[in-house]
Amino acid sequence: MKESRLGAWLALIIGTLYFVVPLIGTFEFSLRMRRGTYSFDAYRVVFSDPRFQASFGYSTVLAIATIIVGVLLVVPTAYWVQLRLPRLRPVVEFLTLLPLVIPAIVLVFGYIRIYGSSSLIPFTANERSTDLLLTFSYVTLALPYMYRAVDTGLRAIDVRTLTEAAETLGAGWPRILFTVILPNVRMAVLSGAFLTFAIVIGEFTMASLLSRPAFGPYLQLMGANRAYEPSALAIIAFVVTWACMGLIQVFGRGKAAARRPAGR
Amino acid sequence: MAFLEIEKARKVYGANTVVQTFELSVQRGEFVSFLGPSGCGKTTTLRMVAGFEIPTSGTIRINDRDVTHLRPNQRKVGMMFQAYALFPNMTVAENVGFGLKVAKAPAAEIKSRVEEMLNLIKLPQMAGRYPYQLSGGQQQRVALARALANKPQVLLLDEPLSALDAKIRISLREEIRAVQRELGITTIYVTHDQEEALSMSDRVVVMSEGRMEQVGTPFEIYNFPRTRFVASFVGTLNILKGRVLDPKSGRISLDDQEVVTSRGISDAQAGEIRSVALRPEAVAIGRNGAGGNQLQGTIEEVAFLGAVVRIRMRLRESAIHFDTFNNPSVPPPERGQSVTVGFSREDILVLEGAPS
Repeated sequence: MKESRLGAWLALIIGTLYFVVPLIGTFEFSLRMRRGTYSFDAYRVVFSDPRFQASFGYSTVLAIATIIVGVLLVVPTAYWVQLRLPRLRPVVEFLTLLPLVIPAIVLVFGYIRIYGSSSLIPFTANERSTDLLLTFSYVTLALPYMYRAVDTGLRAIDVRTLTEAAETLGAGWPRILFTVILPNVRMAVLSGAFLTFAIVIGEFTMASLLSRPAFGPYLQLMGANRAYEPSALAIIAFVVTWACMGLIQVFGRGKAAARRPAGR
Repeated sequence: MAFLEIEKARKVYGANTVVQTFELSVQRGEFVSFLGPSGCGKTTTLRMVAGFEIPTSGTIRINDRDVTHLRPNQRKVGMMFQAYALFPNMTVAENVGFGLKVAKAPAAEIKSRVEEMLNLIKLPQMAGRYPYQLSGGQQQRVALARALANKPQVLLLDEPLSALDAKIRISLREEIRAVQRELGITTIYVTHDQEEALSMSDRVVVMSEGRMEQVGTPFEIYNFPRTRFVASFVGTLNILKGRVLDPKSGRISLDDQEVVTSRGISDAQAGEIRSVALRPEAVAIGRNGAGGNQLQGTIEEVAFLGAVVRIRMRLRESAIHFDTFNNPSVPPPERGQSVTVGFSREDILVLEGAPS
């Protein structure tokens, strides 16, 4: 009993060290820009760099667009599969998992071949339509996470009964989807959205090969040319991701707390 | 002309016939129950009226309008489900007002109608609550109010009480019936609980394996079941194997003891084996007077249930259950004791078909 607990502690400590030591090392290094003393100089430099602001802003806008397109694509699909095509569920699940199996580099070369400027649908012909293509590719990348989150949310409510109740009250499809289904999977959609945000902020391959000024390529550029700033950027990226995770937790718990009175 | 007409409705899934030729006319304001075990097609039939299932063949008419192929949201039916049907993201008032909002009623009208409905179900103080803050019984009352708020032509209830506690079930069934009477709304009620069906309905449709077994008032269904299935599903009738001796005079042999029924068995041949039903409350220990029936047997089991003593008596092959009221001055018979029981000629009923 005592021995097994010792083993568990050992595993925990090794695991923690494995994750935390490099992080602490990176953080410590990012503070050493000014010789001989710790300072936040590297962060100041990063935050005042107009390219940081521009690329972070660009990626944020794209992340929001990705979330909107993703929600509009995934919620009706998952809803329809659950309600009318339950037998197709394994197929759809497999499809949504494909982006995890196919490397982003393969995807983006496929995109460039199909949507290149000399193709029938020349998405890459100008910057705006390239942004659109990048958004769609981000939707694809985030699909596994978004679909799973929404599907789990839909399973937690009685989709069929709610739909039928709304139907007998005269409601049509758009109203059922937006006033009955969506508000009841709000938490699931939010957690899918935060995951999507974290993925888009850190994504490098797609943005780089479509040569768009996103945050990922900027990170890479800094890493190749500077010493202290990349460490600061890495820490910033971590904080953004963790903030997203934290928000998922907060919203998830908020729901649980609101539901608690039902148990009494 | 009936208000709701189901004409020769059938539903087939692949090789599986779920509902066989269903034929029913429901009058305006009538309360009709579909009663049967699970899988008997009662819910499918209800869902065809609601529009969630399209009949494979046949017609459904509401108020003289063919609705067979109309979408559920165009039929003006109110429906109440087993449970979990309130919209969790809306308050009670928003739930009840949902249908009116869909119909684009003015806000003031919605407000007054919601108030009216909440008063009807006696929950006016709950308007601002969310469904998860209500008990199961309250949720179902709100679901009833929501189903009625749009003034539907037909109210459909799909086992609305089966998820509730026994006590609430009884009080709520009285309440549903009272509201239905007050509004005079044509209602179909699906249930597998015979007590519910008998106590609430104007008429009961007993169903089994997709077939309509019998349609009638609760009184008819209970007292004069036509088939063995109805007899065994409704109430606690004794079903015995009887050999018809003489169809004209109504003489039957039960394990070689002769009894007489005053109810016709003109469709039977002499010597034919038929199911015979005997209601437990008709049987009493002791001889029945002149013109009555008696049977002799051995007491096999005596269960003292308080007000009632339930006794099982063995004939030879068959056994008869019957109840006697508890009487402190007359102790119940002992097991193994040989007794004679009596019942009148009206109480014995020959059913359609042979026993299985």
